[in-house]
Amino acid sequence: MDITEFQAIYIMWLRQMKRFIRSRGRLIGTIVQPLFFLVILGSGLRSAVMPGMVGDDYLAFLAPGIIAMAILFSSMFTGISVLWDKQFGFLQEVLVAPVSRFSIIIGRTLGGATIALIQGFIILFIAFGLGVPIAGISGLLLTIVFMVLSAFTAVGFGLVIASKMENFQGFQLIMNLIIMPLLFLSSAFFPIATNPDMPSIVSQLSFFNPLFFMVDGIRGSLTGLNNVLDPLVNLVIVIGICIFMLGLGSYLFSKYEA
Amino acid sequence: MSAEIITTGDRILEIIKTNNLTKKFNGFTAVDHISFSVKKEEIFGFLGPNGAGKTTTIKMLTTLLHPTEGSAELSGFDILKERDKVRKHIGVVFQDPALDTELTGRENLDFHARMYGLDKENRKKRIAEVLKLVDLEEKKDVLVKKYSGGMKRRLEIARGLMHYPTVLFLDEPTLGLDAQTRRAIWEYIKKMNKEEKTTIFLTTHYMDEADYLCDRVGIIDRGKILVMDSTDNLKNAIGNDVITLSCSNLDELGKRLGEESWIKNVKQHNTFLTLGVKKGEEKIPIIFEIARNLNIKIKSISVRKPTLDDVFLYFTGRIMRDQEKKDAKIENLPPMLRSRGR
Repeated sequence: MDITEFQAIYIMWLRQMKRFIRSRGRLIGTIVQPLFFLVILGSGLRSAVMPGMVGDDYLAFLAPGIIAMAILFSSMFTGISVLWDKQFGFLQEVLVAPVSRFSIIIGRTLGGATIALIQGFIILFIAFGLGVPIAGISGLLLTIVFMVLSAFTAVGFGLVIASKMENFQGFQLIMNLIIMPLLFLSSAFFPIATNPDMPSIVSQLSFFNPLFFMVDGIRGSLTGLNNVLDPLVNLVIVIGICIFMLGLGSYLFSKYEA
Repeated sequence: MSAEIITTGDRILEIIKTNNLTKKFNGFTAVDHISFSVKKEEIFGFLGPNGAGKTTTIKMLTTLLHPTEGSAELSGFDILKERDKVRKHIGVVFQDPALDTELTGRENLDFHARMYGLDKENRKKRIAEVLKLVDLEEKKDVLVKKYSGGMKRRLEIARGLMHYPTVLFLDEPTLGLDAQTRRAIWEYIKKMNKEEKTTIFLTTHYMDEADYLCDRVGIIDRGKILVMDSTDNLKNAIGNDVITLSCSNLDELGKRLGEESWIKNVKQHNTFLTLGVKKGEEKIPIIFEIARNLNIKIKSISVRKPTLDDVFLYFTGRIMRDQEKKDAKIENLPPMLRSRGR
């Protein structure tokens, strides 16, 4: 890669940052929604007893799930916003430039991941403020790794969808039919795999849910409570999912003709 | 050895060269085996109605679409095998705006400059230059979403020039702009062709635009180039003046006039005749006399300078406007044309 490609990646990233900072609505919206979950749901159910949950602090259980949710939604939006560029014609300006498609994707992915991480960290700090326990420094660092990988994966997923859709009309459908069920079955809000009340088929299927490993990984590394798998096992699986998703997204995008 | 020198010479003269370029979409042929070339530093225009294949041709030449068949070279680089080199040498202004409206004008230019690998010093200098060229210096720090349509178009033209392209593609550069803004855009296009020595390839379905701007014009219809020549030559082909007349017996008068050697061409349409002649004013009395001898009554007659409308009509047998409104309301056409619009 020569210097031009790095410059292209940088300016793609910078554009995302500028747009994010200027779009107050997006900034507020993506922080307020997880905040509601965390503060209202978390505080309201704090002393409730969940089937399959170890310990008595629901907020500590919920916080990693909400961090994962915020990162996934934000990054997926970045991926899908390629559609926005398509609709407003800006994508043509990008595609006609003498820059490899790979750099274009890297730039967009890094931009999306940065934004997602900013949002993830804000929620992380709020969770600290509400008294969520932290396992330790190395756990915190591992959490950040999981956050980055989750962001990359979701951008990749967004790119896959964007390259298959013509406009935003199918977006709601995908959110309702794919993302929400996956999120509910990922143990983000309540235990699934260890839940005695769940049909065993659902518990078993949750091990095929990619979101489960991200949520479980963040939970295991951040609080060290209630995780089903060892965080390092999760790490390996999440890296695999990330490479696959980002690769598929890049491949489909590179095939794209204006 | 000598052959190589000749090819190099050709390349300098011919910035764009296509060979049987073809694009099919699910069996529909949008561009049908077109071969043409664009010379260095000229303004070349593709003139044709909507859906003629103009934008598809531009998309292939700018590497955004793969041709189904045929090939093309741009500054000597193959559009399929040397895409990145082609991309470096071209600037494109798309038919639909392709700006990031959440960024300022200057930021849009900066984005472009970095994508094309301009260094810091060059970026600064060039942004100032192109902003000056299109008179947008004062608006450079305003978000593009607050720009008017004309300002957006000017910014896009400026952006297309940022990286010193050898050829600039303009797809319908004045579509949807008011008359005054169109004039201004035309002046900018002329200016950059002259000052920056940029070769310009534009498409339009406005006759006056092609007439005013282009050195050479290719008339394209249904994916094929019907004719390609300088605007003057095209107009001369149909006569220095055009006489349009309607009368009681079109067939007979048309046949009779066809025998006259001073008439360059006679073309009969459903309700009127067009004649290409020299010194049209002096020919009107002669035509009246011929008509009277045949006992034919002339209902109306006019003489005017030929426009590209006439050229299009001459080569396709259709009026461009007519084709575009084919599916729309026929009542909107002038009375003379109404009967043609079935």
